[in-house]
Amino acid sequence: MRHRTFVSFIWPSAFVMLLFIAVPIISVGVQSLFIQHEQVIETVENCGPFGCKQTQQINYEATETLRKEKPLGRFVGLEAYTNRNHLALEEVKESWGTANTYQEFYKDIMNLPFYKALVFTLTYTAIVTPMVLILGFLVALSVNRLPSIFKGPTIFCSLLPFIVTPLIGALILFWMIDADGIIGGTLQIIFHNPELSLKASPTLTWITLIIYGIWHSAPFSFIVFYAGLQTVPKETIESAKIDGANKWEQVRYVIIPHLMPLVIFIALMQLMDNFRVFEPIIGFNASANATSLSWLIYNDLRGSDGNMVFGSAAATSFLMIIGVCILLTPVLIRTWRSYQKVS
Amino acid sequence: MFRQILLVLILSLFSVAAYAGCGINSGSVRVIANDFPAIHAVGDAAKECDGGGVEISINYNKDHKDIHVAALTANPAEFTSSIVANSTFVDLHNNGLIRPLNEYVEKYGDGISKNQLITIDGKVMAVAFMANSAHLFYREDVLKAAGQNPPKSFEELLTVAKAIKDKGLMEHPLGGVFKSGWNVGNEFVNLYLGHGGELFKAGTAEPNLNNAKGVAALNMMKAMTEYMNPDFLTHDSNANQALWEGGKIALVHLWGSRAGAVTDGENSTSEIENSTKFAGALTVGGGSTPAAALWWDGFVIAANIPDADAEATFRALANGVSLKMAQANQEKANWIIKGATPTAAGVGVSATAQAGAHPYPMVPFISSLHGAIGSEIVDFLQGKESAEQALSDVEAAYITVAKEKGFL
Repeated sequence: MRHRTFVSFIWPSAFVMLLFIAVPIISVGVQSLFIQHEQVIETVENCGPFGCKQTQQINYEATETLRKEKPLGRFVGLEAYTNRNHLALEEVKESWGTANTYQEFYKDIMNLPFYKALVFTLTYTAIVTPMVLILGFLVALSVNRLPSIFKGPTIFCSLLPFIVTPLIGALILFWMIDADGIIGGTLQIIFHNPELSLKASPTLTWITLIIYGIWHSAPFSFIVFYAGLQTVPKETIESAKIDGANKWEQVRYVIIPHLMPLVIFIALMQLMDNFRVFEPIIGFNASANATSLSWLIYNDLRGSDGNMVFGSAAATSFLMIIGVCILLTPVLIRTWRSYQKVS
Repeated sequence: MFRQILLVLILSLFSVAAYAGCGINSGSVRVIANDFPAIHAVGDAAKECDGGGVEISINYNKDHKDIHVAALTANPAEFTSSIVANSTFVDLHNNGLIRPLNEYVEKYGDGISKNQLITIDGKVMAVAFMANSAHLFYREDVLKAAGQNPPKSFEELLTVAKAIKDKGLMEHPLGGVFKSGWNVGNEFVNLYLGHGGELFKAGTAEPNLNNAKGVAALNMMKAMTEYMNPDFLTHDSNANQALWEGGKIALVHLWGSRAGAVTDGENSTSEIENSTKFAGALTVGGGSTPAAALWWDGFVIAANIPDADAEATFRALANGVSLKMAQANQEKANWIIKGATPTAAGVGVSATAQAGAHPYPMVPFISSLHGAIGSEIVDFLQGKESAEQALSDVEAAYITVAKEKGFL
C-alpha cells in the first residue's frame, strides 16, 4: 500500500484515538500530580431542629480566590503515588525494618489498601485467565463432536452466562449464596454448620468470585475456539489418523498448534479484562473481603456523601495502566516474535 | 342575605381554585432528591403546584448525592433545588452552591416553624421537614418468650440477645446495619458518640478516634456480631428490613424511617407486625446520651439560578412540606412540620431526640472520616487485627485523604 493511501485511511481512526484515549490519559496523569487547595476554615454558629452549635465550615469566597489563582490545585509531584493509600513506600519500608518474619511483613502489607487490592486482582487474573482458556477449549471440543441437531441449542445455552449482564448475574448468585438463600442454606445443612457463610469468610468469598469469573468468561473463549475448530483442515487430521495418532494426540499435535493464535488472542483479552475485575465485587457486596484496583478507583470517585478524591483516583488509574502494560508484555513479545518468523 | 352567602361561597370556591396552583404563575422548578417513600410524599405535594405557567419536575435518584454537587455547580444549575440531609447539605454549602432563604421564608413561610430552619451565621440555608435516627426495634412476643424486658443499653441488648439464643428461639436474634463501607462506619459513629467521644480534636480537622472510647465502641460492635447472621458485613438497611419482615431477627438498632415500612401490612405476617415495637436509641458504656446521631432531611435552593425560579421553587416546596401533606402521610416519616403530631412509628425518633442525642456532625471533613472508618474497621470485625490497629488505620487513611482535599 502506498504511504499516502495508508495515511488517508488511518487518519480518522488515529485522530479519534488521540482525542478520546491519549488526551484523557494525559489529563489523568497531570491530575494525579496535584491535590486540592488548602481549605480556608472558619467557625460559625449552626442552628437546626436539634439546637445550635458552633461548627467549622469552609469559607467559600476565600477558598475560591485560591482556586482561581491556580485552577489545577497544589503541585505535589509523585506524592499521591507514594502515600499510604497507594504504594505506601514509607509504611512498607517501616514494616520491612520492624517485621520479624515474612508472615508478619505480609500481614502488614495486606493492611494497606493498594496492596490488598493488588493481591486479589493478581490472584484473580492468574487463576481465571488459564481456567477460562482450558474450560472454553474443552467445551468447544465437546460441542464440536455433538450430532448437528443438538449443536444449536447447546451453543445457545453455553453462551448464556456471557449474555447475562455481569452485574445481574452477580446479584442473582449473591442472593442464592446468602446464608438464607438456596445455595447458602443447602451448604449449611450439608456441612451441619449454621455459621457457614460464603460471604463472611475471605477465602470463600475469593473462591466464589473466581468461580463466578470463570463461569462468566468461559463462553467467550468457547465461542472463539469453536469458530477456530471449524477451520482445522480435515486432511491434516486424516493424515494424523493414518499415522496412528489417537484422539489425544490429534488434539495435542494438530488442533492446539492450529489454534495457537486464538489462544494468544483470548489470553490477551482475558488478561486485560480480569485485571480490571470490578462488577462481581459490587454485585457480591464483597468489598469487605476482596477489593480490586478498579474498585479502589470507584471508591475514590463515589465515596460516601460526595467525598471524592480525584487525584487519588487518577494515581490508581495510572498505576493500573502500568500494571496492564507489565502483564501484557510477555504476550506481546511472543506475538511480535511469531510475526517476525512469518515475515 | 342568602344571596350574599352564596356570593361568598362562590368567591371562596374561586380562591380555592386559584390556590390549587399554589399561586405561582411562572418559573421552572427542578428538584433532585433521594428515593424513599417520605420524599415521594413531599414531591407529590409539591407537584400539586404544577401547571398554570410553572413547570415542576422531580428527579428521584438513589445516587443523588453523587450528582448534586456537579449539577448545581453548572451555571445555570441543572436543578433548582436538592433535597438533602445533614451530611449532604455540607457538600453544597461548602461549595457556595446554595442561596440564603431568609427573604422567601418571610414572604411565604407561614407554614414553616422556626424549628425547621437550618441557620448558619443568621442566614437560613435549608428548611428541614423530617427527622431521622437509628433507634431500637424489638419483637415483644419473642422477648416475652425469653422472659426479657426491652433493653435500655447496648449492654442489655447483648444480654437479651443471649437469652433468646440460649432458649433456642432464634439462631441469630440480632440485626445490624453493618454493610462494609458507609453503613458500618455509621454504626461506629453512633456508638462512639454514645460513649461521649469527639470525632475531631476541638476546632481542627485532626482525627480523634484512637482512644479508649474508640476501642470500647469497636469492642461493642464485635460483641454484637456474635449474635448476628454471619453475613452481617453485607447487610444494609434493606437487608435488615427484609430480615425483620421475615421474622429472622428480634432486635435491631435501625433507621426510624424504616419503622413505618415494617408495620405497613406488607411483606410480613400480622403476627410479626403486631408484636413489632419501637423505643428510643440505646445508651452505651454507662453513658446517658443515646448512641445514635440525629439526622434531618430538608430542602435547599440552588445559587446559580434566576431569582424567579428560586422563588417559584421555594413556594412549590413549601407546599410540598405543608401540614396537609404531613397529615396525609403520617406513617411515612417523623415529620418536623409545624402542627404535625408524631405517630406510633415515630416514637423511636422522638424519644431519641428528647433523650438528648447529638446531631450528626456538620463539619466539612466528616464525610472523609466516615468513609475511612467504613473501610478500615472491617478488618477488626473479621478478627484480622486489633482494635487499636484498626483505629490507627482509620486515622492514617483519613489523614491521607484530608491532606489531598486540603483540610490538613
